[in-house]
Amino acid sequence: MYKVAVIGDSASVSGFAALGLSVFRETEPQKISKLITRLAANDFAVIYITEPAAALVSDTINKYRNSRLPSIVLIPAIKGNTGDGMRAVHEAVEKAVGSDILKN
Amino acid sequence: MARLNVNPTRMELSKLKKKLESARRGHKLLKDKRDELMRQFMILIKENRQLRSEVETAIAEADKYMAVAGSVMQREVLETALMIPKQEVELEVSEKNVMSVYIPEFRTKYKTSDTSDIYSYGTAFTSTDLDGAVSALSEVFPKMIRLAEVEKACQLMADEIEKTRRRVNALEHIMIPDYEETIKYITMKLSENERNTTTSLMKVKDMVLQQKHNYH
Repeated sequence: MYKVAVIGDSASVSGFAALGLSVFRETEPQKISKLITRLAANDFAVIYITEPAAALVSDTINKYRNSRLPSIVLIPAIKGNTGDGMRAVHEAVEKAVGSDILKN
Repeated sequence: MARLNVNPTRMELSKLKKKLESARRGHKLLKDKRDELMRQFMILIKENRQLRSEVETAIAEADKYMAVAGSVMQREVLETALMIPKQEVELEVSEKNVMSVYIPEFRTKYKTSDTSDIYSYGTAFTSTDLDGAVSALSEVFPKMIRLAEVEKACQLMADEIEKTRRRVNALEHIMIPDYEETIKYITMKLSENERNTTTSLMKVKDMVLQQKHNYH
């Protein structure tokens, strides 16, 4: 059985605890990076991470980009949407098609 | 375009012809694979975009409730209310093969049978905004799982499309022209040799005839 994790600052991720997801309140780059590596090795299939937290550890996240699990998904933090999540979608299009054909 | 470094013999020629044929077949197959992957990718990426904007709006909505709840309640009370969840989510992961790209599929399993049973606290000491935040999040959660699935699929497929496109291009613009050129070179070299042999034979024949019968 696989589990679901949420990483981010306390205010953004607390709500997910009620849904029964494993919530990790971390804001330091090294700790987040280590945490992701540990979660990936420990049966976490989906990791939701807030955009500001993800921006600190983009290297670690890119490492898991092409592996089948875990699926790391950016979600907006309580401070607002930075657009990083949508940017990742556009990057995928650019990689596949050669240019961003969805941009308008 | 460069000619391959091979000896111009019949043996090499037939080998190269076989190679050219399989390169052409491979090129056609890979091209088909690329096109189909691209079609599937476009469908998925549309869903991905749609889902992402839905999820982002819903989370922003929940965050608004959360911000209000955080302002009317003490931080500790809020954290305590959410500390021991009633609900627990587990995922069942299976695999789907799309044009030899293995994409994960998730199925959620809840610990309690009633999926709306999510409030881990009594209503006495908490703000109703917290209820709003929690219910908004639980509503969007199935979409979030689907988003995780689709987003991973898109990433994996984008990678595979890129690889396949490189292979198609390498075959189309380098390997196939190289083979063709080398085949042409060997064919020409061989027929040149043949003409050479014919002329020298004719010459020898002339010389022999001249010696025997004094022909001119």
